This record gives sequence, structure tokens and C-alpha cells, in this order.
Amino acid sequence: MAVEGIGARALRKEDKRFITGKGQYTDDMVMPGMGFAAFVRSPHAHAKVTSIDSTAALTMPGVDAVLTGDQLVGDGIGNLICGWMIHSKDGSPMNMGGWRALEPEIVRHVGQAVAVVIADTQAQARDAADAVEVEYEELPAVVDSVAALQPGAPQLHPEAAGNLIFDWEIGDEAAVNDAFEKAAHVTRMEISNNRLVPNPMEPRAALASYNDAEEHHTLYTTSQNPHVARLVLSAFYAVAPEHKLRVIAPDVGGGFGSKIYIYPEEMVCLWASKRVGRPVKWVSDRTEAFLTDAHGRDHKSEAELALDADNKIIGFRVKTVANIGAYMSLFSSAVPTYLYATLLSGQYDIPAIHANVKTVYTNTTPVDAYRGAGRPEATYLVERMMETTAREIGLSPAEFRRKNFVRSFPHQTPVIMCYDAGDYDATLDAAMKAADYDGIAARKAEAASRGKLRGIGMSCYIEACGIAPSAAVGSLGAGVGLWESAEVRVNPVGTVEVLTGSHSHGQGHETTFAQLICERFGLDSDSVAIVHGDTDKVQFGMGTYGSRSGAVGMSAIVKALDKVEAKAKKIAAHLMEASEGDIQIEGGELKVAGTDKKLNFSEVALAAYTAHNLPEGMEPGLKEGAFYDPTNFTFPSGTYICEVEVDPETGTTEIVSFVAADDFGKVINPMIVEGQVHGGLVQGIGQALLENAAYDENGQLLTASYMDYTMPRADDVPSFNLSTHETLCPGNPLGMKGCGEAGAIGSPPAVINAITDAIGNNALTMPAAAEKVWSLYQSGSKEAAE
Amino acid sequence: MSKVSMVLNGKSVSADVEDRTLLVSFIREVRALTGTHVGCDTSQCGACVILVNGKAVKSCTMLAAQADGAEVVTVEGLASNGALHPVQAAFRENHGLQCGFCTPGMIMSAVDMINRYGAGNLDEDTIRHELEGNICRCTGYHNIVKSIKAASDQMAGMSQAAE
Repeated sequence: MAVEGIGARALRKEDKRFITGKGQYTDDMVMPGMGFAAFVRSPHAHAKVTSIDSTAALTMPGVDAVLTGDQLVGDGIGNLICGWMIHSKDGSPMNMGGWRALEPEIVRHVGQAVAVVIADTQAQARDAADAVEVEYEELPAVVDSVAALQPGAPQLHPEAAGNLIFDWEIGDEAAVNDAFEKAAHVTRMEISNNRLVPNPMEPRAALASYNDAEEHHTLYTTSQNPHVARLVLSAFYAVAPEHKLRVIAPDVGGGFGSKIYIYPEEMVCLWASKRVGRPVKWVSDRTEAFLTDAHGRDHKSEAELALDADNKIIGFRVKTVANIGAYMSLFSSAVPTYLYATLLSGQYDIPAIHANVKTVYTNTTPVDAYRGAGRPEATYLVERMMETTAREIGLSPAEFRRKNFVRSFPHQTPVIMCYDAGDYDATLDAAMKAADYDGIAARKAEAASRGKLRGIGMSCYIEACGIAPSAAVGSLGAGVGLWESAEVRVNPVGTVEVLTGSHSHGQGHETTFAQLICERFGLDSDSVAIVHGDTDKVQFGMGTYGSRSGAVGMSAIVKALDKVEAKAKKIAAHLMEASEGDIQIEGGELKVAGTDKKLNFSEVALAAYTAHNLPEGMEPGLKEGAFYDPTNFTFPSGTYICEVEVDPETGTTEIVSFVAADDFGKVINPMIVEGQVHGGLVQGIGQALLENAAYDENGQLLTASYMDYTMPRADDVPSFNLSTHETLCPGNPLGMKGCGEAGAIGSPPAVINAITDAIGNNALTMPAAAEKVWSLYQSGSKEAAE
Repeated sequence: MSKVSMVLNGKSVSADVEDRTLLVSFIREVRALTGTHVGCDTSQCGACVILVNGKAVKSCTMLAAQADGAEVVTVEGLASNGALHPVQAAFRENHGLQCGFCTPGMIMSAVDMINRYGAGNLDEDTIRHELEGNICRCTGYHNIVKSIKAASDQMAGMSQAAE
């Protein structure tokens, strides 16, 4: 087999088990004697729990136990936490209400669990859950974030007066006010970012067991970050001490952020397995997933952009209300603040920016990071504003953007971020060329001759990945550091195992991480195994989210490889009686430069472990670890251009072409990077055209199944035209920036800019459902006619 | 309880199951073949697609008892003598999967699609339309479509070569 190093389109090592049905997901795990959990959930968005009667349920076949919040609290299990402290602009800490895994007193969203049934089979557990009688006294509910801030709105938590969690700001308000006073042109928009449900295809699941002789717990769970799960379960929820708890995230069927958090259900399984004395399995059904997986987005904003007479941006003012749902999920406070407002400068040189974010409780499912997490909201706002402003001042959208691009690096924005490298003209040029942007007039005319409305829209996104420098995020309120760990174990026979704190749930780490080892030592990838996802095997690590596994996770591997390489060279030099500086590694051999002396990598490995002849004072073995803490965020960027055709008779939008030109820094495996972009683009297009978590005024989720929530399907989306344009990130050893979220971040504004161009009405909101597009076109045409 | 018998991946199997047992539960829980997945409970996502008497079926939508006497093939039964089915191979070669959860259903739907249209007779539009019953959240479908097209074309080449 050829050595497939950095830059190779290596086929995935993990694929064989998935295409033959041998993947091992949490729901595939079986333990002897295991029981099944089914949760009793609130049908109300806001209600007092007045009584829970388990009598009937307990008599049903196979039922072992019915557990409630009182028992949970009685056992000393702690509240669920939010791990990122945000302070309001007046300096006060955020107002966080309590969140219990089983609620004994007041439920605050539909689907919140109040009890759990454990039974011999899943069907018995579900039947019995239906038989638990819970009396509720309904309370008025509020689902809209702006309404929740109004006087007289139903109040969710006594800790958060007026439902306000924090009233936060960033940037220089006075400087922005000055800019607007001097402005030659001001563009104003109200922009909303629709609520989404992440929907990884594998629903969440947990299988927990307790060994009473060892006082040891094991939890198989669908997690993107098993070590963080163990830490939180131990330190905050007090379910088990850390050294007595093994968390395993086996094959995980997608996450997109929703599997970062430690939810009530997984924690209850862990607690219940000890209480009932048998392993307990829970698998979410899809409607439970809709009701309880953390949702994404849900921002309402007002934005104003100020230009000087030369069409240079001189100020940007943003006011956002972020809906956080009924409880503060693990990273929920960071998403509408430091992951959002810090990206409001976009790709542009803007001297003054001020953003105010009010974050509020409502009687809806908690909202947290979903693919992009804050950056899609920022990008949508900035890129809708840029396109709209260009239209208002009569400049081409590309020209207006170019006039304001950042072109010298490093570039300090007024909102914390310091962009380290990029070439925004390069990706804009590449995208415009690939999309034949300049030929749009002819295509519009041709479409018009067929009675169709053709439109084109662009989006020049920037985002921040590689989260994150630990001291920096600590100063901003994070409860954890965001470094990553790696251990490279060379076995005595010369095969290599890499233990990484990152977790792969579709990203292909088993392949790309191995490519680093193949590159370094000239080994074939069959000699390399990547180990992840098990707290008993792998040293503490922070997991996978925020496109951090390349820029941070692989950087840790590179640091560990540096140490292994140095030691291997020392051993080889000693064995071949050469100078260490003359040892070169090539094709799986360590050679003495300028001679024919050489040792196979496996011979050096064996020598390290036999330890019969090592340099004076050297420890045996060939195994090194590293922790890598990034020095800065990384800044992937690019231009997306979407071309649509709208049918004026029906309002149906067809995407006829979609071009993505991205700068991800160094690409390790182009095939996998393209796959990440494809998937991200369709999630972004889904947001723009199809997806919306809709509640009625009573807090019932109307879109709680795939029959109601419109997931993008194969015939909703096109094939894509992709390219990458590399500027290396100076902040990490490989120059990587990250590619996991860009597609979802950059695409929604490109789609909406294209549709609004086609229909000539800018008042469009996401998702651009046919009825909405049709109505806007009709009203736009009428206005034009009048 | 009912006794259910079927030929599953070429092997005769039978078991006494509760009447309400779904075919997917029979496959996953009774027969411990966990390649067939449950993703939605409403017959929308297609992660549970298998072949029953040669036709694609969502196994979450059929009772095990309804498959009594049938010939059932799951993703585990596609490869023969250790050689991947061309559709399986094409998914790997074209990066047609990421997290792998929807993959077994996608592959079984693709096999069915190629059976119905005939190898070599699938274009992109047809494949996209035919995939209506299978949801993938990772790949954006681009490489799934490419994989199915490649498998279809390759199988056409194979059958020509065999003639």
C-alpha cells in the first residue's frame, strides 16, 4: 500500500465497518440483564407538577421502578449547568435558573422529563411511562424571545427577573454613535435567524451500568466529548467520582453540536442503573429528539450599517435578542456572545462596531451550539447587510465588498478577534469565475423567456475555529480550557497507536489523523490506529466541536510526533554510531545521511523496548504525549455564490448552481474536506429554504417529527462546485484553519441574497418557503406596478 | 406470541416473538444484526431499509410476522465471500458516507434502485428523486449520488463483460 500523507485523498479506514453494517453505535450495545428506560414527559410548556402517581405503572409487566425528581434530588444529584459565565454590561453575573434532570416542581418546556420508568423491554417501559399519572396545573407560557422581555410576560425562573439572563455588550458604543452622525448613507434591517433542530441521524442514546463490588460506573453514550461528559457528571452532578466512572462514546452517528452537552437522560440512566441494580439503556425516539436535543439559532436582530461618502463602512450597530429556551444548556451563553458578536466585522475593515445582546428564557427547548454556533448568525446578519447596502447604493455586491475587504494581516477588529491570515480577494475571484457571475444578465434573460425568475447572491464569510486559547477563553468566562491532548504510542513491532482527545462522529479522524503519522515516518496507514472516545483508554481531552480537531487536535498529535521522532533519531544514531543530526527518516527507515547505513522504523521501535542498547541514561520505550494549547483562533473564510430560479406561479425555489471557494489553510485530506463542505452547505441551504422549529403560542412544538420538520432531501439540493485556496494559518504547526462548519455558516445568506435578487423584494425571512416567496413576489410586483 | 420464520441473509431463522414486534426489532434485537438502524420511527428517514423478497422495505414499518416465510437481506448480507457488493465499494471509493448511520439504508435503497432501473440506467436526477425516502444529515447527498451513479455504471460494465 502506498504511503498516504498530508494532502492525499486517502480513502477512509473507518468505512469498511459502516458499509458492512458492523459499526458499533450505543444502541447496538447489549449488557446482560439490562433494563430499558422510558421518560415521562410534560405535555405542557409551563406547568406546576402537582402529583405523580406511579401505582398503576408499577403493576405493569416487566416494570422494575418508576423514579422521580424527588428521589433524584434526595440522592444529592446536582443541577445541570451552563459552563460559560457571561456578565451583563452593568457587571452583574448572568441570571441562571436551576435545571433538574427530572423536574419535581415546575416544568418549563414541552417534553421536559418528570419521571423515568425502568422495565425489562423498551416496549414495556414505554407502555408503563404512558400509565404514570401526572397532575399538572398549567401556567401561561411564552415562546417568543421579544415577547418574553415585555412587562407582564409569564416568568420562568425566579433567578431571572423579566426572563432576562444577561444584557451584554461588546465594542465601543460612543465611537459607533460618532460614525453614524458622520454617515453619508445608513442601511437598516431587521433580521431574524430561524430556530433549527440539529437532527443527527443517530438519536441520542445511553447505556449505563454499575458494578457495586468495584463501586464503578460505565456509561456508553452518544457524545462528542466523553471526557468533558465524565468531568461534568462527576464534578457538578455528583453521579460518580471521576475515577469510578468510565465514559465511552463508541461510533456516534453525527452530532453537529447537539451531542456536546450532558443532558438529563444520560445522567438519569447513570443514576438509575445504580439505584435499580441493573444496566439501563435509553434510546431517544425522533420526537423526543426534537423536544429535547438542544436547538440552534433563534436570534432576532436590528442592524445598522454606516458608510462614508466613498462607500467605506465606518460603523456597524447591532441589537440582538437571543432565545435560550427554558434552561441554560452547557455552552448556551457563549453562543450568542463570544461566538457571535466577535465575528460581526466579517471580512471587512470596520473601524467601529457595537453589539448589544439580550439573552432570554422562554418556554421552549434549550438552545445551544449547532453547526457554526453563533458564526452563522453573525454571517447571515453581515452578509444580508452587505448585499442590501450594495443594492441601496447602486454598487455591485462584489465591488462593495472589495472596497471594504481587510487586506493587511494581522488585522485587529473592534470586537476582540485578531485575523491572522487570509486572502479574501482570492476566494471572491475564484467563486465569481466558477459561477460565471458576470454572465448572470444573459441567464436572467433566458430564464425570463421561460417565465422564470433567475437570481444570484453571494456571501463572503469569515468564521473563527480552532477553539481556543485556554487563557483567552478563561478571561471571557469559559469554565474549561480548550486545549487538546494526544499520545503517540509506537509499539515494539513498529505499529503506531495514536490516542486523541478529539472524537470522530463522521469527520474521518481515523483516516486523516493517521495521515500525519504516515507522512512523518513513511508508514502505510494499515500500521496506524487512532484510538478515541473512551475515558479508560485515552488521556483527558476536550472533544470535537467548533472545527477544532484539525487545528487543535492534530496540532497536539504533531507535538507528540516531534517528541517521538526526536527520541527515535537518538536511538537510531546510537545504534548506527552516527550523529543524531545526520539521521533522516524516509520511507519507513531511519538513515544516516550520505551513507548506506539504515534501520527500519520497526527495528528502532524494538530497540526502544528491548532496551538492550540505548543511549546512556535514556528511558526505555517509544511513547510520547503532548497537550497543545492554541495561541489564537483560526479564521477560515471564503465566498459562496448561489444562483436560483424561482417559479413566479408557485414561489418554488430551485438552486441551479452553488459555488463554494474556501480558504481552510492546510488541507490534510481533500476528499474529506469536500465532504465536510457538502454536508455543511446542505445544512445551511436547509436553514435558508426548508427548516424551521415552529411553536404555537402555547409552546407546543409543531414540527416534532420528520413529517413536519423539513429535512433537506436529495432532490432539494444540487451538486456543488467546490475549490479551496490556501493561506496558511500562522498559529499552528500545520497551518490548518478548520472546515467543519463553513458550509453551514456561509450558505444561508447566499441563498437568501439570490432569492431576493430574483423576486425583487428584500423582505424575505428564512426559511424561504414557497408560499412566502410567492406572496413577497406578488406584493413586490404590485408595488412596482403602482 | 407468534412463531416467525424467514430466510435472513441466506440462513433459515425462526423465533417466538410478541405479535407487535417490528421487523427491525426482530433483526436488531432477536437476530443481533445491528447494521439496520432506527432513525425516526415514522418511516421517513430510511435508515432501516432492507430487502424483503428482493424489494426495498422500511423495516420499522413492517411487523416481523408479516415477513414470515420471506427472504430478507440486510446490509450484513450484501457482501459475498468477503467481497464487497459494488454499491458498498462505491460508497467507500466516493466518500459516500460520514457518520455511517444512514449508510446501511442508503446502500440497500441503492441496490434496490439499480435492480429496478437496471445497471447503467441511472442519472443524477433519477437518483436524487429515488432517494426521497432516505435522509442523510452529514454528506449533503453529493457523494451519495456520485456513489450510486458509479456503482450503477460499474455494475453495467460488469454485466457487459460477463456477456
